[in-house]
Amino acid sequence: MSERGKWHERLKVTLWTLIIPPAIWAGHFLASYLWAAISCAKAGRFASFPLLFVIGTVLALLMIGLSGWIAWAQARLPGNPPPHEDSTRIDRLRFLAKSTLLLAGLSFVGVLFTALPVIFLRDCR
Amino acid sequence: MSLHDQDDPALRAAQEERLRAVWAPPRGIFLRWTDCNNNRVGVWYVLTAFGFMLFAGVLALIMRTQLAVPDNDLVGPGTFNQLFTLHGSMMMFLFAVPMFEAVSIILLPQLLGARDLPFPRLSAFGYWSFLIGGLFVGGSIFFNAAPDGGWFMYPPLTTRTDLSGLGADIWMLGLSFIEVSSVAAAVELIVGVLKCRPPGMRLNLMPLYAWYILVVAVMILFAFPPLIAGDILFEMERLLDWPFFDARRGGDPLLWQHLFWIFGHPEVYIIFLPSIALFAMLVPTFANRHLLGYPWIVLAAVGTAFLSFGLWVHHMFTTGLPKISLAFFSAASEAVAIPTGVQIFVFIATLWAGRVTWSTPLLYATGSLAIFVIGGLTGVMVAVAPFDWQAHDSYFVVAHLHYVLIGGTLMPLFAGLYYYWPLVTGKKLSDRLGRIAFWMLFVGANLTFFPMHLSGLMGMPRRVFTYPAELGLGGLNMASTLGAWLFAAGVAVICVDLSLSPRRVRAVRNPWNAGTLEWLAHPEDEDWGIRSVPLIESRYPIWDQTDFVRKVDEGRFFLPDAEEGRRETIVTSVLDARPLAVIRLGTPSIKPMLTAVALGGVFILTTYHLYWAALVSGVATLAMALWWLWTGTAEIPEKPCKPIGHGLELPLYLSGPSAPGWWAMFITMMADATAFSGLIFGYFFFWTRHADFPPVALADGPGMAWPMLALFLGIASWLLTLGAREVHARKHVDMARLCLLVALLLSLAGIGAGLAGPWTHGMDPQAHSYPAIVWTLAIWAAAHAGVAAIMQGYALARSLAGRMDPVHDADLRNVTVYMHFYALTAIVTYATIGLFPQVT
Repeated sequence: MSERGKWHERLKVTLWTLIIPPAIWAGHFLASYLWAAISCAKAGRFASFPLLFVIGTVLALLMIGLSGWIAWAQARLPGNPPPHEDSTRIDRLRFLAKSTLLLAGLSFVGVLFTALPVIFLRDCR
Repeated sequence: MSLHDQDDPALRAAQEERLRAVWAPPRGIFLRWTDCNNNRVGVWYVLTAFGFMLFAGVLALIMRTQLAVPDNDLVGPGTFNQLFTLHGSMMMFLFAVPMFEAVSIILLPQLLGARDLPFPRLSAFGYWSFLIGGLFVGGSIFFNAAPDGGWFMYPPLTTRTDLSGLGADIWMLGLSFIEVSSVAAAVELIVGVLKCRPPGMRLNLMPLYAWYILVVAVMILFAFPPLIAGDILFEMERLLDWPFFDARRGGDPLLWQHLFWIFGHPEVYIIFLPSIALFAMLVPTFANRHLLGYPWIVLAAVGTAFLSFGLWVHHMFTTGLPKISLAFFSAASEAVAIPTGVQIFVFIATLWAGRVTWSTPLLYATGSLAIFVIGGLTGVMVAVAPFDWQAHDSYFVVAHLHYVLIGGTLMPLFAGLYYYWPLVTGKKLSDRLGRIAFWMLFVGANLTFFPMHLSGLMGMPRRVFTYPAELGLGGLNMASTLGAWLFAAGVAVICVDLSLSPRRVRAVRNPWNAGTLEWLAHPEDEDWGIRSVPLIESRYPIWDQTDFVRKVDEGRFFLPDAEEGRRETIVTSVLDARPLAVIRLGTPSIKPMLTAVALGGVFILTTYHLYWAALVSGVATLAMALWWLWTGTAEIPEKPCKPIGHGLELPLYLSGPSAPGWWAMFITMMADATAFSGLIFGYFFFWTRHADFPPVALADGPGMAWPMLALFLGIASWLLTLGAREVHARKHVDMARLCLLVALLLSLAGIGAGLAGPWTHGMDPQAHSYPAIVWTLAIWAAAHAGVAAIMQGYALARSLAGRMDPVHDADLRNVTVYMHFYALTAIVTYATIGLFPQVT
């Protein structure tokens, strides 16, 4: 891969970048759980308008969307002919990028799933 | 050596002779057990796990027979409690998890074109630990001393010594020992997948089995340690009366449930994914085409791994947690159906798009998918909290979990058994017996477990030793019992098939006409793993690369020789599998076995409260481990580089992040840090459960001064070790030794300072959960300071003995990795126990 190209095409892709989207899901999930558990246990009630939660959720979705978009662009970098299953650097990159994109899709849905209870349930019972 | 040389048959024969000599197994009645080659250790491992499975299966049959008719008295309630506890615990800890490790130890080097995994002796150590721990736990039932609190051992039933006997200790300590061996296997497998792939096998060409194993091994690192943390607290309560789970003294039994299920739910996927990974290998073979949707499988494996850590509370839906918390876990439990479904569709699509060869392994694979899907669907049902409130602790759950585990673990393993038997023994199993057994298992499983859905919904609770006839459950239970016997008969048919194998003729090489590397194995098994390490250009090299098998066999790829008489394999880079070095592998040795025996002594002697003997055993373990490391690792090679063919010359020594040892240390410490986070979770869990934590009367301990001093000592020791590494690399060896010596002294001082806080404030750990958890954290950090001192002393000794120099500094670099984690432990521990009471 040449070093030229747009900034997001130059980003280095590794096993660590592969797990960014699900790691964001995990962070959001853990924060949601801790926030609910601690506010119920310590304050005895759930925040009636969870602004912090809304901001956090939007932020998580944006970050997952961004990593998905970068992965989408990188999965389309021109190189070897299809089916892109050769032992070349570009095919390895395209594979990791595509997997990241798929994980971003799953993580996006996962964050939405986590957000739903806050819409429907507003108390600590 | 050029490509040309290999045309000479005499040279090839000489090379083979050298390789054969180097990889020759030790012989003799006793010495043969010192072997550490993956093909032998893996087979012992598989056979042992299979034996435990049969044993646990017999326990289940006794239970089913007891439940066949109402008011039966075949076994009493006490025995029945031991039966179901041991059945569940053995199937999980002594069969499912070890079986995946065992199969991987056999297959992974073959799949990766490596001669062996990077740490063969560690595999052997893991096996012996598993065997000792397994016999200890499993054998307890013959002494009427088996654990009887259910496989998740809920306190206070199990922590109160007046309610449960030695069995609880046997469970905790015996299985903790097994968990150690699982973490050891995880280290081995992760480093194997990341660092020992053949040149050219970039991440996008890795066999999907290896992807699954990588994911599962990482899951073990984050799933098992919370249970180890839980085990520590549990045994502190049972042996020393520290009240972590005793509500009268500020403890909380729910803490155990959290720690157990943070392990317990990922555990389900830890045993499901490797089994399904076998499908990813055999489905393409029998569909006669590449697997469709390779990245989708990676999505499924990685996605499942993450989501599985957000499910644990769905085992605790009826504990009275706030509904909002339940809903988060319910949502994640529903989400995990997505990646699970994706991989099933990938397999179906591949079969649909290919030309299917119907075979016995494929029959098992498709049958198990059908069973698994039923278990998955009831899983979606019980993930809905209101439904779970109705079904919780009933036979409905028993039905669900057995559908999942039989369809998702056991039957896929039988598929793998029929598929890979020729790889291990050179002989095929009988298709006829295999198919007869399959239908017995398939019908038997459904007949056993489908009626349990109904008996559960009709109100039959799990874990009852009998039921009255008036409940009208007799017919359903009789059906389940008949199904269980049919299932057992199916397993017996498989055992017959296996036992007939030695009398059968050898199969041809690669009998299924598969495309992946493991089928290079020859029916007349050689011990060297692979004749030469190939250059990989495809996911299915045997299908796609011209003359591939011949080139491997004739040594036309890399490392076709063992000139120096050493066991070797190639280390490559993580992403692109560029060759980095040749490493020398461990040879057969008694040390792993002795270390396992000594460590086993620590756990087993503690069970019987023989603390002094346990301490002696602990010291012996340490001495053994140091002896093993000193004589077997980070050896300075006789020459810096060696040629591996095709004009390539690779170094014989690596240190730092490119070395397998560095990764092993990093991975081990990830597990250690996760266990530590489980203890920290305990501290803050108590804080959320109490209006005042620390309680006002106890809040003056451990004070701020001692923890802050200990923190300072820990950070200073860490910085000095870092400094030692840097000046050492710049060839100031004496300066580095001085740094290490001072760092060692600071670490020793850190032990005292860490314990002085709770000690000088007279904190009584039996009085309340607060002093108990503070003491536990302080002891944890102090123990890590002790290990830091040992490691610093070890590096110092290596330097003084001339076994470490500025070029060959792997020991020091590995110690530095430990010190990063030690610093983190010190910061979090002392900030928590020293500063947190000040701010609340």
